[in-house]
Amino acid sequence: MKRFRRHGQESQRDKLKQELFQFNKTVEHGFPHQPSALSYSPTLQLLSIGTRSGAIKLYGAPGVEFMGLHDENAAVTQVHFLPHQVELVTLLDDNSLHMWTLKAHKGLSELLEIGRFTLTGPPGALPSVTRVTAVLAHSSGELLLLGTEGGHVFIVEVPGFRELEERNISLDQVASSVPEDYIGRRNLEHVEALQENPVNPNQIVIGYGRGLMVIWDLEKQCALQHIPATQQLESVWWTEDGGYILSSHSDGSYCRWMVGGEDENEEEEKSDIPYGHFPCKAISKIVQLPTEEGPPFLLFSGGMPRASYGDRHCITVIHSKTHIALDFTSRIIDFFVIRDGPQHTGDPSALVVLVEEELVVIDLQTEGWPVIQTPYLVPLHSSAITCSHHVSAIPLKLWERVTAAGDLQKTHYSKKPWPITGGQNLAPDPPQRDLLLTGHEDGTVRFWDASGVCLYPMYKLSTAGVFHTDADPNDNMNQGTEGEWPPFRKVGCFDPYSDDPRLGVQKIHLCKYSGYLTVAGTAGQILVLELNDEAAEQTVEAKVVDLLQGQEGFRWKGHTRLDVREEPVLFPPGFQPFALVQCQPPAVVTALTLHSEWKLVAFGTSHGFGLYDYQQKNNVLIKCTLNPSDQLAMEGPLSRVKSIKKSLRQSFRRIRRSRVSLRKHHVNNAAKLQEANARLEAELAEMELAPVQRKIEARSSDDSFTGLVRTLYFADTFLSDSSHNSPSLWAGTNGGCVFAYMLRLPPVENRADEPVTAQQAKEIQLMHRAPVVGIAVLDGHGAPLPEPLEVAHDLARSPDMHGSHHLLVISEEQFKVFTLPKVSAKMKLKLTATDGSRVRRVGVAWFGSSRSEDYGESGLVVLTNQGDLHVVSLPAVKMQVQYPCIRREDVSGIASCVFTKHGQGFYLISPSEFERFSLSARYLVEPRCLVEVPLRSGSSNQHRPQPDGASSALRNARQDSEDAEVLQEIQKSLEGDQSSFLENNVKSAVA
Amino acid sequence: MVLSAVPQPASQPGSRMSRQQQQRTPLKHSDNVVEVKSKFEAEYRRFALKRNGPGGFREFYRLLQTIHRIPGVDVLLGYADIHGDLLPINNDDNFHKAVSSANPLLRIIITKKEDEPIVFATNSLQRRKKGLGLTALRTTGSGSTHSRNKAGLMIGLPQNFRQISSIIDVDILPETHRRVRLHKHGTHKPLGFYIRDGVSVRVTPQGVEKVPGVFISRLVRGGLAESTGLLGVNDEILEVNGIDVAGKTLDQVTDMMVANSHNLIVTVKPANQRNNVVHRGSKTSMGNSGSVGSAGSTSSAPSHDSPSPASQSNPITASNSIAEGDSDDEDDDGDLILENDCLAPFDSQRVTNSNNTNLNRDSPSNRPHNFTVVRPLPQSLSLPNSIGTNLSDSSMMISNQNGNPTHTSSSSQESMREDGNIITL
Repeated sequence: MKRFRRHGQESQRDKLKQELFQFNKTVEHGFPHQPSALSYSPTLQLLSIGTRSGAIKLYGAPGVEFMGLHDENAAVTQVHFLPHQVELVTLLDDNSLHMWTLKAHKGLSELLEIGRFTLTGPPGALPSVTRVTAVLAHSSGELLLLGTEGGHVFIVEVPGFRELEERNISLDQVASSVPEDYIGRRNLEHVEALQENPVNPNQIVIGYGRGLMVIWDLEKQCALQHIPATQQLESVWWTEDGGYILSSHSDGSYCRWMVGGEDENEEEEKSDIPYGHFPCKAISKIVQLPTEEGPPFLLFSGGMPRASYGDRHCITVIHSKTHIALDFTSRIIDFFVIRDGPQHTGDPSALVVLVEEELVVIDLQTEGWPVIQTPYLVPLHSSAITCSHHVSAIPLKLWERVTAAGDLQKTHYSKKPWPITGGQNLAPDPPQRDLLLTGHEDGTVRFWDASGVCLYPMYKLSTAGVFHTDADPNDNMNQGTEGEWPPFRKVGCFDPYSDDPRLGVQKIHLCKYSGYLTVAGTAGQILVLELNDEAAEQTVEAKVVDLLQGQEGFRWKGHTRLDVREEPVLFPPGFQPFALVQCQPPAVVTALTLHSEWKLVAFGTSHGFGLYDYQQKNNVLIKCTLNPSDQLAMEGPLSRVKSIKKSLRQSFRRIRRSRVSLRKHHVNNAAKLQEANARLEAELAEMELAPVQRKIEARSSDDSFTGLVRTLYFADTFLSDSSHNSPSLWAGTNGGCVFAYMLRLPPVENRADEPVTAQQAKEIQLMHRAPVVGIAVLDGHGAPLPEPLEVAHDLARSPDMHGSHHLLVISEEQFKVFTLPKVSAKMKLKLTATDGSRVRRVGVAWFGSSRSEDYGESGLVVLTNQGDLHVVSLPAVKMQVQYPCIRREDVSGIASCVFTKHGQGFYLISPSEFERFSLSARYLVEPRCLVEVPLRSGSSNQHRPQPDGASSALRNARQDSEDAEVLQEIQKSLEGDQSSFLENNVKSAVA
Repeated sequence: MVLSAVPQPASQPGSRMSRQQQQRTPLKHSDNVVEVKSKFEAEYRRFALKRNGPGGFREFYRLLQTIHRIPGVDVLLGYADIHGDLLPINNDDNFHKAVSSANPLLRIIITKKEDEPIVFATNSLQRRKKGLGLTALRTTGSGSTHSRNKAGLMIGLPQNFRQISSIIDVDILPETHRRVRLHKHGTHKPLGFYIRDGVSVRVTPQGVEKVPGVFISRLVRGGLAESTGLLGVNDEILEVNGIDVAGKTLDQVTDMMVANSHNLIVTVKPANQRNNVVHRGSKTSMGNSGSVGSAGSTSSAPSHDSPSPASQSNPITASNSIAEGDSDDEDDDGDLILENDCLAPFDSQRVTNSNNTNLNRDSPSNRPHNFTVVRPLPQSLSLPNSIGTNLSDSSMMISNQNGNPTHTSSSSQESMREDGNIITL
């Protein structure tokens, strides 16, 4: 009977678990890794990007995004929207074509693959016969023209992928209508381009690789005209009036040809090599667009002089007398132009360029062609991400101040709204304001609005200004000097080359209530910053802290400390540093925490940890955790790493300089590449046959880096006796050791004068010696202690100080609960001993029930080295749920994971993309959006009016702004009291 | 009652009473004086000894010679520890251990060297039945009956005996498998083996199937694994502390083994199947243990119907033995906890704290790595006396444990667990 009852309880618990926990990967933030294709639908106003890993992503208005993944693990080489439809076609490099559509389901659109197709040639034909090289989605929306390497053009009915064999344009048909002297010499091989006549959908131009172009009538099935260009063809553009064809060539020239002249062999009307007489690189794409009045816009990519600027990635825009070569940060994948007007046939308004590492949108209607800031697809990795930190539920006051500081940094952007506005964002407004802070290798910290589906850049903080760096301030490579030719202008923000790796940000801690921020870096530097709405010129005083504490016989062979600027530095509005601690030896900071109520910062490296009082700018405590036998920690392994990094950087620069156009014959190259890859894989497989061995050895105190400080924690708890709580600092090391210090803070009125003191109270050596990755104190109710100032702001229930507190120590192998103040083991949960996985990341989160509004539990969110997510209950440390999340081989993904306080998390799926996931059944941020099917007016004529799309977008925008206003008002009224309280509090603390 | 101190193999009821004495509240513990009761032949002497007083084994030896008026007679010293085991005193370390563990009475037994050598053994004085739940039930149910019938196992001198491994669960495993327990504690030897991925051949209803497996790839010369002779290169690892490793990666298995390294139980399928332990029927379910000494001395493995003391506390089934090995709470209390009482504002608090510390500090000292503790704290904290003594105690206990002849290691584990209960409950 007892058993029966327990069973009942268990099933009840299971039900509760279902209400609390639920695992979803919700949205990918950032810029897709290795994009390979771009397309745009003017009618849907949607942008589509295909990637080398077979993903396809659609973006419209901010918040409108879709993602699909091809089952084949092949790169997407081309994406084409079917005109005036919600379908799009992708071509993969395995020569398969895929049809995708946006289906509305329960009021939300979903991206679905609805068909796939591979061209089959006649039996015995060479594979090149059916190897697709050019795709034209015909404006009728019913036909797909596929040009192949063999020179054929196949016609396929879509969306069903039905081959229309009788309409195919075979080589023989073309050959018979072209003068004899062009045939042979492989002139009719490799269809490089297919374009439709904008005024006559029955006419298409077929461009062959050797330069020959043939204008073909689909109806009459005959050639109307041939254009005998002699240079290797790169791309073809049919001007809007149908009168001319532009062709671009591999020698950096482009030609303009008149269409439909009486003369069969029309001479080229105009030919030009824009970047002149020395050999130039290919012009890979050319576009010419008319304007209402005045000269047309001519845009082309490439064409740079090979010897002097062959390594530049440029798009040239020529309009009237303005001629600019936009110099991008990485290889150009593709570009398109957005045009004004209800039918998208007006003046060009924006140029959208997809380069390998970012998306750049240029406002073509504002003087100077400024860049429009992208609300999504922002390159997270403009400098490599070195760490991240998430802060939930930011008070409105701080949010506004950060936003204001960020706005001042964005003045060079165009004021124009984002031009891609397709779809409706139906996602509810985020329940709270969340910040994601990313630390970067170049010493910057970027603040991202992580509340919703769009990870929007808010503010960028640079810490480099505090130090003297190798960077030459005058090293502005391309400030366009007068009369320079070509007229370069640098655009884009991707810059992976850090001037000094020591600047790299390793740890961040932001107090959302006080606006204090602490940032720690690779060279043992810890900066304390505060938010200031005004620019200020100040000197940052450095305090050097010797963590060795007289330990002798060691020599640091790593990098040196950063040189601090001694003169006052002008800091722009925003977070401004006012205190600096430099660890000696200058090893990377491995743990950092800030307590804004006590005005203390604790930091740790592989040598020890320290406590810094940033009010008095004074060190309170230094503790060396070094094991005397640990030589490795002393010498600084970074010395080696750094040199590798340096050489890598140099070789990257070399590659960049010598990079030649790889685009030409990329099909052949891709095949070669695949071959090489296969070879490499085979070799790797062979290598794997040699056994990998793992040593089985108990951990000992002599292991390396046992003194490395992994975690630091402030708590107001019962450290010495059960009736008096006091501030305390806890530190956990790699060697499984926990140190506890009792802190004595002077009363608030004497806080500025009397010293803060720290006395060691406890030392716990875990027997299993696994690294301590987390420490938390649970109050009398078993709930984790709130953050500093949280209670003061009335945002958390004050902790129960009557019951007995418990100490939770999380090592890589176990979760262990100890009693306080007398430390004795109470409960534990073993992880590694039972399933062989180790804790990599851990966070405390609050899970709300999806069923009842007022029920919730605290729990530990754990990511293991196997890539699995676990939720462990508190305070009972019982395993609740487990979900596989990240591939175990994806070490950097696992290492980059960061948890929110509400059971969500982020991890890097590539250097440039965060995947967002949610473990909570209540809180979920995911795209919810609708794209309406454009109305078809029946005729196959192009440029149908699109009243519904435009007005819905307008309506949407209006609604958005209204919503935002209402929301802001509510928030203000809600938080008015709190923010004023904050001000009072800050004042009293300063006083 | 006094007679119980005599090293007779059969246990006496009197020792229970003395145990009860030992279990008195540790109030006297804080006294600085130890009551000593020493016996030489038929004579007893009672005297007091300063707990923290100077002097080592030499002085104590001379003191006893003086007190018993036997100067010049070569004698061996033994004492009864809190478990009722008779342990030797022959150096400073075990002398200090004896003094510190006296609770409150230290019983010394003196024998002439010319006499028959004294038998230091488990159960020489009856083991106390303490502890809660199953452990106690099991011990009383099976263990003690056997121990009454059978004399304690003869155990060699400390320097040439230490259990480092055992084969367990012979009765329930297939003959082709072997379950080996490696005792890492009490030895400075490295575990000393490497594992690798490999391919294992399984016979299934569908025929022979190749599945990935984990194998021992190398044994370190002089390591624990090699010295046991129970593990060999190319042995396939099937389980680690009762958990099947099938489907786990090499790194996972590595981590599991390291996490269990203080009490590692590996079930292997030996590559060499000729040396398997022959499973002798199921006449008794008790014969589940064979142990191998370190010096390669095939220590007269007890026959299956006379279980060794080690097996008495061992549960019968595999799951149990593994569970016991796994649910070891000894590592809970194995965590070293230094509490700095000088911070405590209240004296009463300090007293209890120091006592607790004392208890806490007892069990972990089985481990050889105490350097972290002994290492002087760089901040020159004023440690209270109790900790100071504990520090020295622990270092002594190491050597004592290493040389402890009377415990086969499974029973010492159990006793540790019992200690653990005192602390946690």
